[in-house]
Amino acid sequence: MTVLLETQSVSKNFGALRATREVSFKLEEGARHALIGPNGAGKTTFINLLTGVLPPNSGKVLLKDRDITQMAQAERVKLGIARTFQINRLFRGLSVLENVYMAVAERVGAAPKMLTPAGAQRDVIDESMQLLESLKLADIAHHTIVGLPYGRQRLVELAITLGLKPEVLLLDEPAAGVPSAESHIILDAIDALPKTIGVLIIDHDMDLVFRFAKRITVLVRGAIFAEGTPKEIGANPDVRAVYLGQATQHG
Amino acid sequence: MSATDLQNHPAARALAQRHRLRVWEGLPWLLALACYFAFPRYLGFGTEILITVLFAISLDLALGYAGIVTLGHAAFFGAGAYTVGMLAKNGIWTEPITGLLLGAAVAGLIGFLSGLVLLRTAGLTLLMLTLCFMGLLEESANMGADFTGGFDGLDSLPIKPIVGMFEFDVLYSKTQYLYVLAVLFVCFVFTRTLVYSPFGHSLTGIRENTLRMHAVGAPVERRLVICYTISAAIAGIAGALWAQANAYVNLSTLGLDRAATVLIILVLGGYGRLYGAFVGAFVYMMLEHFLSKLYPEAWQLGLGLLLVVIALFARGGILGIGEELRRRFRGWRNKP
Repeated sequence: MTVLLETQSVSKNFGALRATREVSFKLEEGARHALIGPNGAGKTTFINLLTGVLPPNSGKVLLKDRDITQMAQAERVKLGIARTFQINRLFRGLSVLENVYMAVAERVGAAPKMLTPAGAQRDVIDESMQLLESLKLADIAHHTIVGLPYGRQRLVELAITLGLKPEVLLLDEPAAGVPSAESHIILDAIDALPKTIGVLIIDHDMDLVFRFAKRITVLVRGAIFAEGTPKEIGANPDVRAVYLGQATQHG
Repeated sequence: MSATDLQNHPAARALAQRHRLRVWEGLPWLLALACYFAFPRYLGFGTEILITVLFAISLDLALGYAGIVTLGHAAFFGAGAYTVGMLAKNGIWTEPITGLLLGAAVAGLIGFLSGLVLLRTAGLTLLMLTLCFMGLLEESANMGADFTGGFDGLDSLPIKPIVGMFEFDVLYSKTQYLYVLAVLFVCFVFTRTLVYSPFGHSLTGIRENTLRMHAVGAPVERRLVICYTISAAIAGIAGALWAQANAYVNLSTLGLDRAATVLIILVLGGYGRLYGAFVGAFVYMMLEHFLSKLYPEAWQLGLGLLLVVIALFARGGILGIGEELRRRFRGWRNKP
C-alpha cells in the first residue's frame, strides 16, 4: 500500500498549551481511517495542520513523499487534500447548486474566467448537478442554503468537498448535529465514496467510527495514545479507560 | 433523474440563464436619454448624477460583490481626477478619451499597490486602513501645491473636443451629459459581464464565506487584489470624467465626504445588485438637491432619517424593498 499523507513528529503549541505533540501518522491509499479522542485531544488542530490552516512548530507533513509543510491551504487543495468542516461553512446566500459550482469551477480551472458568463460553463453545471444527484440532493438544488434543514446542509458541505475530487478526504465530524433520522443519508454517502481515495474521519459517534473505520488512531492530550484495527482498539483496556469508558457512561 | 433531466433542472436552468438580459434593464438608459431631451437646463446636475452612478458601481464591485469593506474609495476617484487635471494643466495631455484611460491606469496602479498590502486585513481594520490611505493621498495633494494647486486645486483645465469634434459645453453640459452617459454604459456592460462570470461568482463566494473559499483551493488574496484593482480603475474613470466635465479638480475629489457619500448611496440603493448604484445615486442626489433648497440649514436631517429607516428596516436598500415586496406578492398569489 502506498502512503498518501504522512506526518513526521509534528508538534503545535498555542503558548503553553501543547495541542499536538510529536504526532507521526500515516494515511494510506484507499484507507478508511478514524481519529478519535476525548474533547480537547487536539483532533481538529491536527486536521488544521494537515490542511495547512495552521503551520506546525516542528515536524513535517508529506503528501506522497513530497514535503508540503510550508504549503498554503489553497495549494494543498490543488494537490488533492480536501476537508469538510465540523461546523457548516457554506455560501449561505447562494443556492445548493451554486455552492457546488464554486468548488467544481475552482478544480477545473474555470473560476478565473472574467469575460464569459458563469452560466455558459455547461460542463461545470452538469458535473455539479450529477454530484448533487448522487447525494440525493438534486431535488433541492435550487434552494438557498438558508432555510435548509441542518442534515441537508451537512450533505451540501460534503458535496462541495467531493466537487474537488480529492485523493485525501478529511471529514471533521460529518454527522455532528444531524438528527439520527437523517444521519443514515450521510453514512450512506460516506460508504459510497470511491474506494481509491484515502479517508480520515474524526468523530465522537462510536457507532459511526466502528461501522466505517478499518483502522483507528486514538489521540489523547495531543499525542497518539494507541493505534490499531477497530477490534484491537475496542479490546484495549487503556483506551477503554480513557475514552470508551467515558463514552459509554455518557451514553 | 437522467442526464437530460439534470440539465433541464430548474436550478441548472436558473444558473445557465442568470446573466440573460431582462427587459427592464433597458429602462435606466431610456430614462437617462429621455432626461436629455426633457430637462435641457439640468444637464449639469444630470452629469453629476451619472458620474456618481459610475463611482457607486465601482464601489459595488468591491464592497457589494467581493465584500471588501472600504471607506477610502475616493482615493481612486481623486487619483483619476488629478491625473487628468495635472496632465491638462501642464499641457501634457488634453485629449479626453485617452485621458480617461490614463486616469484609469493611474488609479488602477494605486489600487493594485495599496491592495497588495491592505487586503491582507479585513473588517474594521481594513475600513480604517483604507480611510488612512485616502487621508495620505489627500494630504499629499494638499502639500504638493506646485503640482496639484494645493487647497485651491486646478481650474480652467483645457480639454480637447471629444474625438476632435464635440466641444465641452460650458453653460448647459449637453456634450458632457452624453459623453458621460456613453462612458457609463461601456463601464457598466463590462462590470455586468464581470459579476456574472465565474470570476464574479468566486468573488461572491469570498464575500459569503472566505474560509470556505480557501478550502476549495481559491487564491483568495489574488482574486481580491484583482477585483480591487479593477474597481479602483473604474473609480478612476469616474474621477477623470468629473475633472473633464467640470474643467477643474480640487481636494473634494479625494475627501472623506465623497467616500462616505458614495457608500451611503450604495447602501441606500442596495449593494451587490448592480442597479442599486443607479437608484441610490438618483434618490440621494435628488433629495439633496430639493431638501437643500427647502431647508438650507437642516437638509441633512431628512437624509439622515431616511438612512436610519433603511438601516433598521431594509438592509437590502431600496431595491431590497422591491425584491421583498415581489417575493411577498408571489407568496400571496401562490397561496391556495
